[in-house]
Amino acid sequence: MEHYISLFVKAVFVENILLAFFLGMCSFLAVSKRVETAIGLGLAVIFVEVITVPTNWAIYNYLLKPGALEWAGLPDVDLSFLGFISYIAVIAALVQLVEMIIDRFSPSLYSALGIFLPLIAVNCAILGASLFMVEREYTFSESVVYGLGGGFGWALAIVAMAAIREKLRYSNVPDGLKGLGITMLITGLMAMAFMSFSGISL
Amino acid sequence: MNALDKFFENLGSSIKKGPFKIVYPMVDAMHTLFISPGHATSTGPHVRDNIDMKRFMGTVIVALLPVIFLAMYNVGLQAGATTTFAAFLIGLKALLPVIIVVYAVGLGWEMIFAHVRGHVINEGFLVTGILLPLILPPTIPLWQVAVGTTFGVIIGKEVFGGTGMNLLNPALTARAFLFFTYPGNISGDSVWVAIDGFTGATPLAVAASASGSAVDALSSAGFAFQDMFLGFIPGSMGETSTLAILFGAFVLVATGVGSWRIMLATIFGAYGMATIISLLSGDQTSGMLSLPAHYHMVMGGFMFGAIFMTTDPVSAAGTNTGKWIYGILIGVMAILIRTFNPAYPEGMMLAILFGNVFSPLIDHFVIQANIKRRLNYAK
Repeated sequence: MEHYISLFVKAVFVENILLAFFLGMCSFLAVSKRVETAIGLGLAVIFVEVITVPTNWAIYNYLLKPGALEWAGLPDVDLSFLGFISYIAVIAALVQLVEMIIDRFSPSLYSALGIFLPLIAVNCAILGASLFMVEREYTFSESVVYGLGGGFGWALAIVAMAAIREKLRYSNVPDGLKGLGITMLITGLMAMAFMSFSGISL
Repeated sequence: MNALDKFFENLGSSIKKGPFKIVYPMVDAMHTLFISPGHATSTGPHVRDNIDMKRFMGTVIVALLPVIFLAMYNVGLQAGATTTFAAFLIGLKALLPVIIVVYAVGLGWEMIFAHVRGHVINEGFLVTGILLPLILPPTIPLWQVAVGTTFGVIIGKEVFGGTGMNLLNPALTARAFLFFTYPGNISGDSVWVAIDGFTGATPLAVAASASGSAVDALSSAGFAFQDMFLGFIPGSMGETSTLAILFGAFVLVATGVGSWRIMLATIFGAYGMATIISLLSGDQTSGMLSLPAHYHMVMGGFMFGAIFMTTDPVSAAGTNTGKWIYGILIGVMAILIRTFNPAYPEGMMLAILFGNVFSPLIDHFVIQANIKRRLNYAK
C-alpha cells in the first residue's frame, strides 16, 4: 500500500507531468482561462488516463512486447514497433466515449471545452503517461495508480493556472505579452515553485 | 517644506520636457517620498485614511530595522569580530553594498518600465529592495545580486504590470532564481561567513547531515537553542535572529500591516507537521526526522519567511479563511521539504513560492463556498 501511495505522490508532485516534463502544454495553455472549465477538462484527463494507461499496459504486455504472444504460440514475435499506433488508437477511442458522456450529461461544459475535448486524443500528457508506463515497466496495479496520479497532477496544474489567470484579469500586462506570452511565463514560475519537490526520492 | 515641494515641482516639470525625461518617474518618486501628494480622487470611492501605500511600506521598513541591525552585528560576529563595533563594521561592509546594488539595479528597471509604460514608481520596491539583501548570504557576489534583482523585478513583477499585480513575491523570485542558477554561491557550507575560504555549515545543514540525533549534532557543533533564537548562527544575513523577527512581527500585527492570521497559520502548520513527523518516526531516527518541532522554528529562514514573506498582501491569499489555508499549506510544505527532500536543507523559500502559486485557487474556492452558503441562506 505504501508503495502505491508514494507512486501516486511522485506522479502528482515530484514528476508532475506538466510542470516537470512539460507534456500536454497545448490544452493547458488554451483551456486555462476559467476555473470551472479547467476543472472539467482536468477531470476528463484524469478519467482518460486512468483507463488508457492500464488498457495500454494490457496491450503492451499481452500483445506487443517481445515474447508477449507466447500464449498464442508465437514466442518469437516482437510487435513493440506497433506501440505508438495502438496507444493512440486506444486513447482516441476512449476520448470519443468521454466526449459522448460529457455531451449527454453536461452540455455547457461540452460547449465550453469546444475543440479541446476531441483534442485530448492528441494530448501528449496522456500518450506520455502510457509511454512512461512502458519505459518504467510498471505492473498492472502500478499502471492504474500512475494513470490516476499523472492525470491528477495535470488537473492540479491546470486548475491552479486557471485561478491565476482569473486573478490576472486585474493586472496590467504589457500588450506584447498578453495572452499566451504571460501564460508561458507563469508556467515557468509555477515550475520553479514545483522544483521544491525535485530531489525527493520515494 | 514648501521650498522642498517647489524644488521638486520645478525639477520635475523641467525634466519632463528635457532630454532626460526617462528619469522623471524617479523625481516623482522622490517627491512623493518627501512630501505626501495632495492628489484627491475625482470619482468614488473616496476613502479618507492616512494609511496609503507609503505608510504601509514604511511600516514594514520600521519592522525590519531590528532585523537589519542584528543582521549586521551577526555577520561580523560570525566573521570573528571581537568587539561590538568591529562586528557592526564588518556587517555593514557585507550588507550595505548588497543593499545599494539591489536598490540601484531595481530602481533603474522600475524607472525604465515607469517611463515606457507611463505609470509612476511606487513604494513597493522599497520593501522588496530591503527584503532581498536580508535573504542572501553575506558572501554573495554583487553581480549575481544585480542579475537576481533584474529577474525578480522584471519577470517577478513588471511583466504583470508592476506593484500589486505580481503572482509571486518578487524578492523570493529573485532568490529562487539565484538559487537555481548559481547554487554554489547561495547554498553549501562555504558561503555563510564573510571571510574567504571559511567553511561554516548552517544549523539546518548540520541537522540534515546528522548521523544520530540532530539535537546532539547541533550541540556538538556549538549551536545552542538560545543562540539560534537570538540569531548568533551562520545563515542568510537577515534570517538568523528569531528574536528580532518576532519584534518585527509585533510591529506588523500591532499596526495591522501584516496579517496575523497568515503568521499564526504558518507557524501552526509547521509546528503541527514537525510534531506529527517526530511522533510518527519514533525514537531511533536520525537527521532531520529527529529534530524537535521548536528547533524548526528558530533555524534557517522559517521565521523570517513566516513573518515578512508569507504576509506579502499581493501574493498571499486575500480571504480570511483563505489566509488560514494558505499559511498552513506553507508551514506544512516547509517542514516536508526540510525533512524529506535531501536536495534542499531549507524549505521555506520554495514552500512560500508554492503557496503563492496556489493562493488564487484557494481564494477562488473560498469565495465559491461563500456564494454557495449565502445562496442556501436566501432559499
